Amino acid sequence: MSKSKTVGELFLTFMKIGAFTFGGGYAMIPIMQREVVDVKHWVTDDDVVKLLVISESTPGVIAVNAATYVGYHIAGFWGSLAATVGVVLPSFAVITLITFFYAEFKALLWVEYAFRGLRAAVAVIILNAVFKLSKKSDRSVFAGLVLVGAFAFSVFMDVSAIWIILLAASAGILYGAALARKTAKGGGPRA
Amino acid sequence: MPDLGTLLSLFWIFFKIGLFTFGGGYAMIPLIRSELVGGGFITEEALIDFIAVSESTPGPFAVNVATFIGTEAGGIVGAVVTTLGVVLPSFLVLLLIARFSSRVLETKTFKAAFLGLRPAVVGLVFGVAFTLAFERVFPSLHIRDAVFDFSAFDAYALVIMTVIFVLSRKFRKVSPILLLLLAAVLGVVLYGIF
Repeated sequence: MSKSKTVGELFLTFMKIGAFTFGGGYAMIPIMQREVVDVKHWVTDDDVVKLLVISESTPGVIAVNAATYVGYHIAGFWGSLAATVGVVLPSFAVITLITFFYAEFKALLWVEYAFRGLRAAVAVIILNAVFKLSKKSDRSVFAGLVLVGAFAFSVFMDVSAIWIILLAASAGILYGAALARKTAKGGGPRA
Repeated sequence: MPDLGTLLSLFWIFFKIGLFTFGGGYAMIPLIRSELVGGGFITEEALIDFIAVSESTPGPFAVNVATFIGTEAGGIVGAVVTTLGVVLPSFLVLLLIARFSSRVLETKTFKAAFLGLRPAVVGLVFGVAFTLAFERVFPSLHIRDAVFDFSAFDAYALVIMTVIFVLSRKFRKVSPILLLLLAAVLGVVLYGIF
């Protein structure tokens, strides 16, 4: 297979993945797995697991992480670029269209009532995301303190989320170092 | 056509959002909220409306939000700039990892940072859910500005939240799009008819 053909295929496959994923992020994984592992045989299931671990420990958009990683492995830099543009394009096109009609649409009275209903529901949907996210957090006293601290600083003191993220990462590094020292002295049972 | 200064600051804001989000999707909401609502780019209401729209359209949430805000602020050019900003950090980081190695991710220090990052993200997202829920039910409440005024009370919002919460816990597999559709119908019926 010629290289330019592969780059084109990466673009089309990731565009399909972008167009059929609702909810973003991890909702994309099963669709991606079917397309790039089962249909195209570009990567293996093991690669997808590795990719998930990498996505969890790097910042940013999970769909873009996946597209860049798979694209690079198949066809180098141009592969990663084609896959990334492909996965982004459907959202970009759909949302640009919606935004142009948004103002007129919002002026309808019943649409405003529907949005009032939606706003109430969004709070619940975000709360459900909290339950999902909390499954990945560990259950130590330290984690509890960081959770409560991040909550309180952001809600009641209006500290920017970026500062809270930076502070939490630094606290984690210090805590990790303290744990390592404790284990080295034969003190704590936790690693 | 927006001026260059606005475009640059939009790019920088979305670059930061892309760079400091760990966990993807909803983990991005606290950052978007503090950077964009705090920076006066959009209102809280518009952001919430948009989360609902984004949940019902395909594609990565980050790209949806970036495109929406970019278009509102500066048409197609604005949308290209914001989308580029939010996508670039992920693209560059993953390119480096794919090109060189992921060994840096396995160092002790890097892993230890996540001992703090993971619970912080949970706390931040919970903070958004908490604020939104209370301010929907008590519209006169503004927690960020320390205005604790409970005089206004929106009973319909409480009803809709309760219905959606119970259904989403009972039927965990049901798509959020269906729940949002139901909430929109409830909104029209409750606010429009009663």
